[in-house]
Amino acid sequence: MNLAESPKLEDFGHDVWWIILIKVVGIFAFLVVMTLFTIWYERKVVGRMQHRPGPNRVGPIGLLQSLADGLKLAFKEDIMPKLADKAVFFIAPVISTVCAFTAFSIMPLGGMVSIFGERTPLQLTDLPVAVLLVLACGGLGIYGIVLGGWASGSTYPLLGGLRSAAQMISYEVAMGLSIVAVFMTAGSMSTSEIVAAQANGSQQEIFGSTVTLPGWYFLMLLPSFLIYFISAVGETNRAPFDLPEAESELVGGFHTEYSSLKFALFFLAEYINMVTVSALCTTLFLGGWRAPAPITTWWAGANEGWWPLLWFTVKVLILLFVFVWLRGTLPRLRYDQFMRFGWKVLVPINLVWILLVAGVRVAANADNTVRYAIYGGFAVLLVGIIMFWPAKKQVEPASIAPEKLPEGSFPIPPMDLVVPPSPRTKRIEHAAAAPSATPEQGE
Amino acid sequence: MSTVLALAGEVTTGEAATFYILAPIALIGAIGMVWARNAVHSALFLVLTMLSLGVFYILQAGPFIGMVQIIVYTGAIMMLFLFVLMLIGRDASDSLIETLRGQRTVALLLGIGFAGLLCTGLGRAVGSMTSVGLDEANAAGNTQGIARDLFTKYVFAFEVTSALLITAAVGAMLLAHVEKVKAEKVTQLEMMRARFAPGNYPAPKPGPGVFAATNSVAAPGLLPDRTVAGRSLSALVPTRELTEAEAAPKGTEK
Repeated sequence: MNLAESPKLEDFGHDVWWIILIKVVGIFAFLVVMTLFTIWYERKVVGRMQHRPGPNRVGPIGLLQSLADGLKLAFKEDIMPKLADKAVFFIAPVISTVCAFTAFSIMPLGGMVSIFGERTPLQLTDLPVAVLLVLACGGLGIYGIVLGGWASGSTYPLLGGLRSAAQMISYEVAMGLSIVAVFMTAGSMSTSEIVAAQANGSQQEIFGSTVTLPGWYFLMLLPSFLIYFISAVGETNRAPFDLPEAESELVGGFHTEYSSLKFALFFLAEYINMVTVSALCTTLFLGGWRAPAPITTWWAGANEGWWPLLWFTVKVLILLFVFVWLRGTLPRLRYDQFMRFGWKVLVPINLVWILLVAGVRVAANADNTVRYAIYGGFAVLLVGIIMFWPAKKQVEPASIAPEKLPEGSFPIPPMDLVVPPSPRTKRIEHAAAAPSATPEQGE
Repeated sequence: MSTVLALAGEVTTGEAATFYILAPIALIGAIGMVWARNAVHSALFLVLTMLSLGVFYILQAGPFIGMVQIIVYTGAIMMLFLFVLMLIGRDASDSLIETLRGQRTVALLLGIGFAGLLCTGLGRAVGSMTSVGLDEANAAGNTQGIARDLFTKYVFAFEVTSALLITAAVGAMLLAHVEKVKAEKVTQLEMMRARFAPGNYPAPKPGPGVFAATNSVAAPGLLPDRTVAGRSLSALVPTRELTEAEAAPKGTEK
């Protein structure tokens, strides 16, 4: 792999103003096009999963459907509810959208490229704390949803907003913790450096033998990867965690009262957030813009120039497919199940996992006594967990057999009723027993 | 970016421009927070001020503390504030009646006096100070510097603070927790049995207007023998039997 192509933190902040302008407009266009494409992609994939063609009327294979929908949405009547808090009602979708766009500014879309003769990284900017910027933007973006729900002046949006606030606070904890292991392994919080750290697998000495660990973090830090993705689904309010806009319970949730462009902004923000968390997942766990291993072995130039943009987009689209797949497969969780899952499953597993990663990292650089103490500690911890794992409660088999009910109860049939064989089954069995007779009967 | 901004004693154009744009916004937020009548608007103005402060930290070569300010204070703590305000209700505005006569004027005077004292005191103390040591502190990177200090020199204070916060959180949970008596908890099995127990009818109640000549909510459901099904009567809607003329076919049917 060509490491010279990967930008360092010092490469940022020296761009000419028109390069910055080009990058900003480029990212804006990328996100808007990705949004339009993702809506079409989602409808098409869900359609396939449900054995129907999906949108196929506007443009080739329905590609322009979301553009047509967007135009229609913009020209619809803008309704301001009478009880709405006017200023906040107006600002809320703007907050959501601005935060969604801002978060993407630190995504590394590629290595060093040449734009009109200027050598520059294919990334708007980078900070020593770039990943935290995404978390901060995610945290502020929820204000849009919460305020939109509150300012509508009606019950369902308010409930949606409240749910969203609780959901975001809970799942941001899990998300932040899942990234910690990546920070520890990469030794940096800057996105470009995390991508650079995944370029080559590191040599690690485990029990005396040297092993080359896989470069991409999704294998080495699998629990972090899974927890990140699950909490990302929670952060973006996507099914099966779409409680703030659960249509069977809350009509439309926070955006029930919104219409026209304001609704379109919420819609845009939701899809951009999906693209952003997928892009961050690509950056943190899937090697960022680098081409996957089989391609780089027979094509050395795969990571040079503008090609990385292709790999990056493909990885993001694969992750977006998983989002759609989840939506097409899983039913919505109940609110208490969802909260319990976040706080009692994701966060504790994450904490133990961070402890493990930190222990292994310290042990690798420590002398033998410390190393064996750490491994011994892990062994004790493991034995303790196995020993004190709560046993499964014996549940009384649920039965309302008629003989157990008191006299005068509503009559119910006996529980051991056996369904008699269908007369049709008998006929089929009979036909199977004498196969030669059947075709002649048909003629 | 931080390396550019970290140069001690120098103020770049970008830094100055950002400061002069955001400082008035932070001030507007602070004043607006006090002046806003609506509690939610107040909270939003505070969010604006905190956001600006976060950017100031980043400007002054403290990117980590700036981001943490935005994530923790603006993102989580103010969100909890909003959560509580929204639960209280959207009409929770300040009342305009002064309970203590003249307290507003006195408070204003005292506030201005306090601000004046604070500003002159701080201005004299730090106005002509030259800051040193920023470059050395940020030599290995800002985040790494903070991490080293936090986990070596100040590790005890850090742990004590976290223990204090956890105690507070556990205490709050304990105070708010309502212990459920095990015997009072109705399991699903018991509910299932109660459903078929004597005196209860397990099937859904008949809807209004079942077997009746009309499907109006006000019309009671009729049993097959044309007597009124008592369980279909609503406690809220007054029942109204249709007259023969009203119930007669309108001639629209075939």
